[in-house]
Amino acid sequence: MSNPILQVRDLRVTFHTPNGPLVAVRGTDMDVHPGEMVGVVGESGSGKSVSFLAAMGLLPKTATVAGSVVLDGHQLVGASAKELRSIRGRLMSMIFQDPLSALNPVHRIGAQIAEMLRAHSKMSERAARSRAVELLEIVGIPQPGDRALQYPHEFSGGMRQRVVIAMAIANSPKVLIADEPTTALDVTVQAQILEVIQRVQSQFGTAVVLITHDLGVVARVCERVNVMYAGRIVERASVNDIFEAPTHPYTRGLLASLPQAGVERLVPIAGFPPNMLRPPAGCAFRARCSHAIATCAESVPELTVIGKSESACIRATELMKTS
Amino acid sequence: MLRYVIRRLAWAVPTLLFVTFLVYIALRIGTNPVESYKRINPRATPAKIQQYIDVNGLDPNYVRGYFRWLFNFVTLDWPRSIKGSREVWPQLKDALANTLRLGSAAVVVGVTFGLLLGVYAALQPGGRRDVSVNTAAFVGISIPPYVSAIILQLVFAVYWSRWFGSTLFPTSGVYPPGQEGFNLGLMAKHMVLPTVVVAIQIIAVYARYMRSSLLDVLSSEYMRTARSKGISERRVLFKHGLRNALIPVVTIAALDVGSIVGGLIITENIFSYPGMGKYFLSAFGEGDFPLLMPWMVIIVTSVLLFNLIADISYAWLDPRIRLD
Amino acid sequence: MTDEILLPTASPRKMAYDRFVSHRAAVVSVFVLAILVLFVALSPLTARYGVNESVQAPPNSFLPPRANAWLGTDDIGRDLYSRLIYGVRVSLVIGLFSAIISVTIGCLVGAVAGFRGGRFDDIIMRVTDLFLAFPFLVTLLVMRNMLGAIGWLRPVIGELSSVRFIIVLFAIFGWMGVARIVRGQVLALKEREFIEAARAVGATRWYIVRKHLLPNSVGPIMVALTFSVVSAIIGESTLAFFGYGPQAGAGATSLGILVGQAKGAVNTGFWWLAVFPCLVLVTIALAINFIGDALRDATDPRMQKDS
Repeated sequence: MSNPILQVRDLRVTFHTPNGPLVAVRGTDMDVHPGEMVGVVGESGSGKSVSFLAAMGLLPKTATVAGSVVLDGHQLVGASAKELRSIRGRLMSMIFQDPLSALNPVHRIGAQIAEMLRAHSKMSERAARSRAVELLEIVGIPQPGDRALQYPHEFSGGMRQRVVIAMAIANSPKVLIADEPTTALDVTVQAQILEVIQRVQSQFGTAVVLITHDLGVVARVCERVNVMYAGRIVERASVNDIFEAPTHPYTRGLLASLPQAGVERLVPIAGFPPNMLRPPAGCAFRARCSHAIATCAESVPELTVIGKSESACIRATELMKTS
Repeated sequence: MLRYVIRRLAWAVPTLLFVTFLVYIALRIGTNPVESYKRINPRATPAKIQQYIDVNGLDPNYVRGYFRWLFNFVTLDWPRSIKGSREVWPQLKDALANTLRLGSAAVVVGVTFGLLLGVYAALQPGGRRDVSVNTAAFVGISIPPYVSAIILQLVFAVYWSRWFGSTLFPTSGVYPPGQEGFNLGLMAKHMVLPTVVVAIQIIAVYARYMRSSLLDVLSSEYMRTARSKGISERRVLFKHGLRNALIPVVTIAALDVGSIVGGLIITENIFSYPGMGKYFLSAFGEGDFPLLMPWMVIIVTSVLLFNLIADISYAWLDPRIRLD
Repeated sequence: MTDEILLPTASPRKMAYDRFVSHRAAVVSVFVLAILVLFVALSPLTARYGVNESVQAPPNSFLPPRANAWLGTDDIGRDLYSRLIYGVRVSLVIGLFSAIISVTIGCLVGAVAGFRGGRFDDIIMRVTDLFLAFPFLVTLLVMRNMLGAIGWLRPVIGELSSVRFIIVLFAIFGWMGVARIVRGQVLALKEREFIEAARAVGATRWYIVRKHLLPNSVGPIMVALTFSVVSAIIGESTLAFFGYGPQAGAGATSLGILVGQAKGAVNTGFWWLAVFPCLVLVTIALAINFIGDALRDATDPRMQKDS
């Protein structure tokens, strides 16, 4: 495998709230290789979005970021504002969940894409506009020349998300972070958007980090998956292994709670996510885990290799044998 | 967009007629024009009284009377004041000019400083400058304009000359008594205090508007998108932040400008400034219908015109509004 | 096994209360107003003289503040301090009652307009828009004279110079602003799912308005109430300034009348006649505004939305 284009080491993000420090991300490591599609799965509050907002430097000033995030040789943590600005939109782009609020309602679509192009190149306005039209075509917007002159509210949800994707890949970034890109869309449109992302990935060779809480989305397009819980990565595996042989009780719980044909009762994971203002000692999942033992409370488990996956459960190996 | 404008323009004329009709009714009921005439001119003959009624459209039938008045108005055959039969337009013209001068100076100064202060405060929400701007603006809107006018008058008219021996800023009139002809310097000196009084209110209001609007915009998702594009912070602020934040502020400003012509009554009164306010108060106090109606027409036209401008500019600035 | 799982939550009311209390200026204002209201409510005890009573035998006019007249005397020797107390009482009554009436009317109209939408809503909006766009004092004076001249209304709303009339006048003025606020709030709430849910279980429209929409609009309504009070008090003083205020007979006064006398006092140097009434007016306005502002922050629906 070639060198990772994005390397995250021991990332920690702390929010300073009126109620005290809230540790949203508690030391995560991750590698993203060029051109691959990596999924990051977790529930709300697991820290999955915050990790990448932190990498891009888009968190508010109340957040402190520690650790290392290296993108194509550039260290992002602690980088100057100028450096970050030069990297954002050029080497790394991000798309967000709600395309309507993500686009400025009073500027035309073409102009917004052109702005992205001209921010990182010396293109003329005219050249940028025409490149914007090309990009719209690539993401599958019909009559791109006309539609570039329209405003965001004149597009449907799916079309808007395509526009957002077009804008994000305008400068052929090495990494695209897609934060819940399909959550706000209809199911049928979801499939289309995922297909657009895949197409863009192969055409531009962009690595994609797909953040989602929807395992179905992950199953469809991702090659590798990171499962996050309470600010840490608890399992990492190929997409097949995640579904067929999960090594962490949380992952197993997630899979079991999916509705399945022929299964009558839904099996949720009991309990609630922990209070991150006072993170529990040891493994954060133990309160909800049916396999928890006394040792689980002693220290925060690290990811260890189990076969072809990595798991942060100290009982992973023995549980695999008995399942 | 063009259709929207045309539609609004088409509605403008009937609205104007309707509102002036309502004003006509209100003034007839409220100021009792015929009685007022008789009161000011106790020796008027029945014939003169009838002439007054005809010329002002004071028919017993309100609708017919209104149209008669309207006809005289648009054919520029304006009836004269009940006091000494003076012509209306010369008085009105001067009053209008004075108020326009004061009003535009105050609005320009007030809105400019207000917006600047609002932006200044919003850029560091919760910080020291935000708190101070917000509090100052707050105090500004809580002090009614005539209180600040009275205080300024006290300071400059009474105490300044007592302490320093000479008058710095005059506190009444457009010119010192006895001044003939046009003198910009003197006029400006006389306008300073009234302008300051009006401007204080405007600054306070617009600083708060701008601050609140900008804070709203700054916390929007598209600001995050704009930053994630890696464009310069200045561009983020101007092209995305301010551009969007100004939309509601501009609309409100247009409405305020529309009502400024009749909105300076208190200030003009305190500073004895001979503008539309003084004209209105004396005409209203006497029930002088022929003086009042043209004044009202100017006010109504101004309000409706700027209402229209506000709507159109809002639609122009915010493409989401261009419905049908 | 049971760690502290949940974040300690508070009811919306407690959260609003906490947020309000964190505005120190508003808390101070509440105390200041409370003291003022107490003073005024106990007026026969707290005032030193009657409202029309001279402090001493002539010469008694325009006396500066002194032992037997804490804030000085006016043109016919009456104690400014006592008159201020009585005057504030009148103004507070005007402010409070007109605000209550206008908020009641405004809530009803605004809720119906927002909920039904359609032509009714359109017309109401158009009318209130236009009305509110005109210069305040002009409309106030014209309406005052017009209402006062309609004979058959007099038994209901009182004489032109009575306190009752002023209350009605400001109520008529005030409801429009309130209606717009309530309408806005209803429009925003209308689309929320709990309304849809209520409809789905068969609640009548009136029930929805009463039990769901209005209680959820309490925040903006309270804010509208405070600002109505302030604008009525200042409006009353503006009217009185030009001599169009309430003349409740027998030397009775209002805050507006007292402030109005300030104008004459400027040129003659009797500063206490100008300074004290103005100070009281500004203090009341500031206090109510602070409270209203803090209420607005405390009940801001945006703050209650979860991330």
